[in-house]
Amino acid sequence: MATENASETTQTGTVRVKRGMAEMLKGGVIMDVVDQEQAKIAEQAGAVAVMALERVPADIRAEGGVSRMSDPEMIAKIVDSVTIPVMAKARIGHFVEAQILQALGVDYIDESEVLTPADNAHHIDKRLFTVPFVCGATNLGEALRRINEGATMIRSKGEAGTGDVSNAVTHMRRILGEVRQLSSMSPEELYAAAKDFHAPYDLVVEVAERGSLPVVLFTAGGIATPADAALMMQMGADGVFVGSGIFKSGDPVKRAEAIVQATRHFQDPAMLAKVSTGLGEAMVGINVAELPVHHRLEDRGW
Amino acid sequence: MSSLLRVGVLSLQGDVREHLYRLRDTGVEAVEVRHPADLTGTHGLVIPGGESTTMSILAERDGFFEPLQQYRRDGHPCFGSCAGLIMLADEVLDGRAGQRTVGGLDIAVRRNAFGRQVDSFESEIDVIGLSPQPFPAIFIRAPWVERVGSGVEVLAVWGPGRTPVAVRQGPLLATAFHPELTTDLRVHQMFVDTIAAYA
Repeated sequence: MATENASETTQTGTVRVKRGMAEMLKGGVIMDVVDQEQAKIAEQAGAVAVMALERVPADIRAEGGVSRMSDPEMIAKIVDSVTIPVMAKARIGHFVEAQILQALGVDYIDESEVLTPADNAHHIDKRLFTVPFVCGATNLGEALRRINEGATMIRSKGEAGTGDVSNAVTHMRRILGEVRQLSSMSPEELYAAAKDFHAPYDLVVEVAERGSLPVVLFTAGGIATPADAALMMQMGADGVFVGSGIFKSGDPVKRAEAIVQATRHFQDPAMLAKVSTGLGEAMVGINVAELPVHHRLEDRGW
Repeated sequence: MSSLLRVGVLSLQGDVREHLYRLRDTGVEAVEVRHPADLTGTHGLVIPGGESTTMSILAERDGFFEPLQQYRRDGHPCFGSCAGLIMLADEVLDGRAGQRTVGGLDIAVRRNAFGRQVDSFESEIDVIGLSPQPFPAIFIRAPWVERVGSGVEVLAVWGPGRTPVAVRQGPLLATAFHPELTTDLRVHQMFVDTIAAYA
């Protein structure tokens, strides 16, 4: 018979528990949803988690103004309506919004450039929280600075709310390319690399030794089609965030399922052809190159 | 003997890679099972951690349930961690309406029984058959076992309620925690030994 444990010490909010949670999401799609109905559509489509927010990035972009954490009532309703994990966004540096989201019981907080930053110099000290955080990054140094602050999952930023995948590609290639660079360096070169990347030396050494980030790396920002999702997976993403791409399209139910299938079968072009067929209108896109620089979200975060 | 063993890891979604690494560390060949045909030639199967709701939807959509149930009925050893425990359970409480499982373990499991992610935790627990004790157990939005059938051996319990968190029934092994997230190979070794005994 099983014996009762000698030590009943349990620890919540450890690095392994926070990083481990992200490991469970690998190979999956995380979908932005604005109400319970969309959350259920996402869950039935096979989403691995939902991101609860009041406006998807395309609407934030169109409507302008200051964008903040969502109404707690709306987040609580979504938490109650699905069995999969629920994430929510806090403004960069707004640690009180993060405290509120933790109190609401969300499973992951996205400290996100999609919302208007609350602090133009500092990010949230994420180590102080029990709930884990995901943060965006455009390059390896930015990713390692976020990990140093306690982020336990990274997503390439891309350019949210555009339906243009080009920035997601740029950022993913840069992060993974810089990881490969570090892996080929001699130990003494890593000191200079840490300086060049503006990243903590210990994390630089860790990445060089393992040949990958120490946390899960998803992609985000502009993924609108099954082919976009598979492109990012083939490039080396562990999974995909889809913001406006699903519920701003002509047939969200079908597109949500198609993007899930494309993420799972990302190496199978015949399957990708099948799931890409008959999806109706994709979201209306905006070319990132035509966006005025001050409207670009990728530059938010430091 | 064990170097000849080939072990699959069900690759619908989840922490497939960590299970592949741990299995390889024990000396067996470990392969991804992305399609039902990939089951052919494997001596045992791991169902990894992940989101059990998602995993069951993906398995259903790709016609994976019948081949998996047949594989299990043919007597192949299976090991499930967390979502894998749910997939191997005959009954699921608090799951998606009509959530389907591979089954085989005569148990009822409750999804997210310990709470949400803020309640996820690490603890040292004793697991029958391991020496020395304890084992570093990582519980992430974990399920627990509420009903245990007469043929099921409880290998580990947690807390004052003595809730079962690791069980074995014949060639089936399952844990509510994630041994693949540690570098302690002993639970994977226990599974490989089971496969060797049944192969």
